[in-house]
Amino acid sequence: MTALLEVEDLRVAYGKIEAVKGISFTVEAGQVVTLIGTNGAGKTTTLRTLSGLLKPVGGSIRFNGQPLGSVPAHKIVSLGLAHSPEGRHIFPRMTIEENLLLGAFLRKDQDGIQVDVQRAYDLFPILGERRRQAAGTLSGGEQQMLAMGRALMSQPKLLMLDEPSMGLSPIMMQKIMSTIVELRDQGTTILLVEQNAQAALSLADTGHVMEIGRIVLSGTGSDLLTDESVRKAYLGED
Amino acid sequence: MHELPQNLANGLLLGATYGLIAVGYTMVYGIVQLINFAHGEIFMTGGFGALTVYLGLGSGTSMWIALPLMLVGGIVTATVIAVLAERFAYRPLRNAPRLAPLITAIGLSITLQQLVWGFYPKAKSPRVFPSLPGGPFHLGSITFQSADIFVVVAAIASMLFLAYFVQRTRTGRAMQATAQDPDTAKLMGIDTDRVIVIAFILGATFAAVAGVAHGLRYGQVSFDMGFVAGLKAFTAAVLGGIGNIYGAMLGGIVLGVAESLAAGYIEKIPGMSQFGGAAWQDVWAFVILILVLMVRPQGLLGERVADRA
Repeated sequence: MTALLEVEDLRVAYGKIEAVKGISFTVEAGQVVTLIGTNGAGKTTTLRTLSGLLKPVGGSIRFNGQPLGSVPAHKIVSLGLAHSPEGRHIFPRMTIEENLLLGAFLRKDQDGIQVDVQRAYDLFPILGERRRQAAGTLSGGEQQMLAMGRALMSQPKLLMLDEPSMGLSPIMMQKIMSTIVELRDQGTTILLVEQNAQAALSLADTGHVMEIGRIVLSGTGSDLLTDESVRKAYLGED
Repeated sequence: MHELPQNLANGLLLGATYGLIAVGYTMVYGIVQLINFAHGEIFMTGGFGALTVYLGLGSGTSMWIALPLMLVGGIVTATVIAVLAERFAYRPLRNAPRLAPLITAIGLSITLQQLVWGFYPKAKSPRVFPSLPGGPFHLGSITFQSADIFVVVAAIASMLFLAYFVQRTRTGRAMQATAQDPDTAKLMGIDTDRVIVIAFILGATFAAVAGVAHGLRYGQVSFDMGFVAGLKAFTAAVLGGIGNIYGAMLGGIVLGVAESLAAGYIEKIPGMSQFGGAAWQDVWAFVILILVLMVRPQGLLGERVADRA
């Protein structure tokens, strides 16, 4: 059977500088796959290319069997690929509820949308309490919840999360990570980009370690967690 | 001070026209961060489009029939030019350094003026624009014309429509999202290119209405009428807080009233007699702008927020 997402020899450049230098990986339906690595490894570039914000200079992306290379960004979400971007990027001057509804911008089923808004509030009760508040007034962690809730509003086949734990307090980070576990256990397929390798690997089925534009190591989450070189480079152990 | 109500009314009417033009400046700026310096010429072509329709109608046509047709003619002309400008002049420069589209806008402004000057029949001097029948009317000590009623109705109707459109429609929400964060708007499935075109169309529509209002009030349209009006409208947009549509109308009205009062009263201040009258009113308009921006650099209704936390 073919994978939900197949990335083959993907190359992405900013002008003459190649940020992603030919990476290949797959995501099967129901899996959680994580890309880990330091700043500048090309993780965010990879996600932005998958969602169409950047155009690849080479290689191929197939999602659900369909090639994505030339599909414009605004059409990709309707194929079932949702992206919660790095830095959260909520719409600051809109309310929390308006932000969630924008996540369902292309959906027409009003009843289903209301059900999913309620689901987002069940997942993150603080969002429900503040639904009429401008999203820009939320704390960083709450904005992260909103960004994830908004991405889920499109009923994605694949949810891409870029650095969901970035800049969060340890407590908030735990909350976000446990929500990802919850989503995984409900069967959501997730592609997770993280600098927090420990957290990401312990909940992922498969992990790929990226270094300056290449995947240098791949394995199951638990294998990578115990891998000597990963422990040294990313988990802060000597 | 018996002429104060009249001066205020004149200022409001002038300001409402500035505001109608300013809305287009501010909407386009809010979405693509482009100061569309050709927007004054969009206003001008709206006036000429309406005049063309009027000239095409029989001379006996009632203004009650002619005016709606003229409005349609002005709006169609202005929106077609604005859409072509967006598609062929601005869109190719979307990712260019910001100076490039700005210079393009100035070039387009001059080009449009010269095209009308050179090719519109007898447009080298101002062309007579029809007036509305009826009037003058009196309200207390204020005297006003039919065209003034048109300005008030047009300004109120335009702002109500815009508020409804932006707040309540799906496309309006897409427009807000695109203004706040264009890349993320695309991730939501919003076709931001389409949103930008719609912003240009709306701005051109209001500018065309203002162009017709200008023609009706002054009895003429001219190829260069967009220059000063555009500059004033741009000032109004900055004064109100660029990017904010309500600020644009408020800025227009503040500017119009300030100009009107300055023209009426500055010369009455001892020692200021030589700085009064209509000749100096533009100077005072910009003095107001500078003073407001010293106290509120973000404009009257502008927000100073860290958008991208």
